[in-house]
Amino acid sequence: MALMPINGGKRVRIRSIVLLVAGLLFGFVAPVQARVSVFACEPEWGALALLIGGDEVDIYVAATGKQDPHLIQARPSLIAQARRADLLFCTGAELEVGWLPVVMRQAANPNIQPGTLGYLEAAAAVQLREIPNRLDRADGDVHAAGNPHIQTDPRTFLPVAEQLTERLMRLDPSHAEYYQARYGQFVVQWQAALDRWQGQAAPLRGLPVAVHHNTWIYLFDWLGLRMVVTLEPKPGVPPSSGYLSEVLAKVKATPVRMTLRAAYEDERPAKWLEQHAGVPVIELPATVGGNQRAQDLFALFDDTVERLLKGAGAGDGAR
Amino acid sequence: MLPLRQRGSAVIAAVCSMMTAQPLFAMSEAEFSQLKQAVEQLKKKQDEDTRRINELEWQLKQAEAGAKQPVRSAGNGLEKSASVDPFAPTGFAGGTSAAQGSRSAHAPQAGNSFNPAMGVTLMGTLGNFSRNPEAATVPGFALADESGSAGTQGFSLGESEISLSANIDHRLYGQLTMSLDGGGAAEVEEAFIQTTSLPMGLTAKGGRFFSGIGYLNEQHLHAWDFLDAPLPYRAMLNGQLGDDGVQIRWTVPTSTFLQIGVEGFRGEGFPATPGHNGLGAASLFVKTGGDIDASNSWLGSLAYYHTDADALSVSNGADLFSGATDMGIAGMVWKWAPDGNGAERQFKWQSEFLLRRQDGLFNGLDYRGNQYGYYGQALYQFMPQWSVGVRYDQVAAGDVSSPLAGTALDTQGHTPHRSSAILMYDTSEFGRFRLQYNQDDASPSSNREILLNYTVSFGAHGAHAY
Repeated sequence: MALMPINGGKRVRIRSIVLLVAGLLFGFVAPVQARVSVFACEPEWGALALLIGGDEVDIYVAATGKQDPHLIQARPSLIAQARRADLLFCTGAELEVGWLPVVMRQAANPNIQPGTLGYLEAAAAVQLREIPNRLDRADGDVHAAGNPHIQTDPRTFLPVAEQLTERLMRLDPSHAEYYQARYGQFVVQWQAALDRWQGQAAPLRGLPVAVHHNTWIYLFDWLGLRMVVTLEPKPGVPPSSGYLSEVLAKVKATPVRMTLRAAYEDERPAKWLEQHAGVPVIELPATVGGNQRAQDLFALFDDTVERLLKGAGAGDGAR
Repeated sequence: MLPLRQRGSAVIAAVCSMMTAQPLFAMSEAEFSQLKQAVEQLKKKQDEDTRRINELEWQLKQAEAGAKQPVRSAGNGLEKSASVDPFAPTGFAGGTSAAQGSRSAHAPQAGNSFNPAMGVTLMGTLGNFSRNPEAATVPGFALADESGSAGTQGFSLGESEISLSANIDHRLYGQLTMSLDGGGAAEVEEAFIQTTSLPMGLTAKGGRFFSGIGYLNEQHLHAWDFLDAPLPYRAMLNGQLGDDGVQIRWTVPTSTFLQIGVEGFRGEGFPATPGHNGLGAASLFVKTGGDIDASNSWLGSLAYYHTDADALSVSNGADLFSGATDMGIAGMVWKWAPDGNGAERQFKWQSEFLLRRQDGLFNGLDYRGNQYGYYGQALYQFMPQWSVGVRYDQVAAGDVSSPLAGTALDTQGHTPHRSSAILMYDTSEFGRFRLQYNQDDASPSSNREILLNYTVSFGAHGAHAY
């Protein structure tokens, strides 16, 4: 507009430009009756937002269930989506530290800055485990706030859903009752599902297992599985052959029933252990979309529990 | 409501302090495990309490909901950003994680609790060249001081970088990056402030920064895949174009990424000279990109840069150029990873094309010339931690009139080009070793170069741009 010569003859044109700019401003910045646009960093939060938000939210998920959440790229599409978001819904606890700050700075969306109503960290709703006593990169990819893989314990979703509902109600007060009702429905269904899963998974209590990455401590908290060894020598560090033979020795001394690995993790170390110690590998969907079946939150834990039970059974057969 | 929760943690804290504060008190293993069990039980109880409190709080909030004013007014983004923490009064654990929140409640107030994020990058290279690279030229191009040399023979300490960054307040973010060369000379590489909360997807940046005209140009040297700048960057941007000025970007609210930026610069250094009233150079760029599917994503860019130089010293002070430089840059980046999961394998293609027109006086002689240059490079991570890459780069200048024959602008009938290959090993996200080979035909006499390099960073975990 600065290039536009300002004189009487052009007044009509200027006015139409002002109108256009005003239209852009209100049309883009505040889509008055539009649905709440949710930017979910990981698929589990996208799935939860869908359960609570229903038809009143538009959800964009930054990663698929087959991606390692530590390694998401700050893709151009993420900047475009974060630019338009009303609510950013992420794990937090530094899980997204490698890409989200760049996306946030580029998108420069004042509605989703940390500390605003549009910024929600799921990790803020739960007590994190494994908060390191010392911070040293020599210990691998440690997170100062604690282990961020909270979505592996389904109980996590209750307090997180509560926070999410609260935010949605405040962001979109005209549908507050709708969100509240859906939240109530979710709590009832989820409680029932929790009881079911816990009943099914009772035989898993105390079962010793190996894991690839320390993704599952919250799951173990819930079902009482016992982690004997990780195939990564340190978080995020791929195992060397020397370390794997240490693992083998440990597994020989303390037998484990199965090795758990997320669908997105390297399969070779777990396979190697299977060949050398006969420990079956169970591939778990770490999140929604982690495999064909785990397409929503309920299916995610249906599938997880079923696979664990199958792994425990297979372990029995081999013995 | 809160005191209940605090009481729980106070009990745990008291038990913990009992355990740690009396190391002389010899504790039997049975006692120890008893105590441990007690702590576990308390923790469990606390978890249950917390859950119960959450439920009660929720019910209370529901009861209150009717009386409460909605925080968000019908749709004014400006108002909302002005009130920083609109939900704080309800006792909501907002912002950062609860773990941090509970810790900060006990943390002593110290003067350094607002220290900026601090990161250090170190580089070192062992170079083997079949010819001394210090005498390297690129025929047809009058180079600036820094771009003539293609590297250093033998062991050399590369650029050491110190970067500090933080939010300044609720409106501004600031970053300072200093680089120290092997000789100890410090340079302000970048020092800028940037807005964080302008409306409409606008950001403004001011200070010294790398121009947004090129994909590689915006990244810091240590983030480049190859160890050296591609030939068109060497010849036309003096390695990398950073300047003092302002930049305004607008991210268009479309689902496909589209960003438009304008920059105004002081014109400090090649290819510009400081202009009158501060504006020595200006640029305009457009970036767009998106996802093709879960596995493929891309970024494209177009840029234009203009400057009018007044007695710009080139060729290590041997020549002077006065006149206009117009430059266009087109770039394309494509990334692939199976299902978008880069843990095991990923591929990256990256290329840029630069076109330049110069019109003015070269050592007082009429000079009008067009040059172009491009590079294309591919990088493939074939297993975790290991990558291989290849690159080809080339520049070309038009023939010059006879008075200019024999100057740096004379192509000598040679088209400068280079082929490179690289092998990378990452010890982690923070450490990288690289072995690079260049068949360098930038000069008529070719140079075979082998470079072995380490690049590491420590301190704050910097996020990576696309």
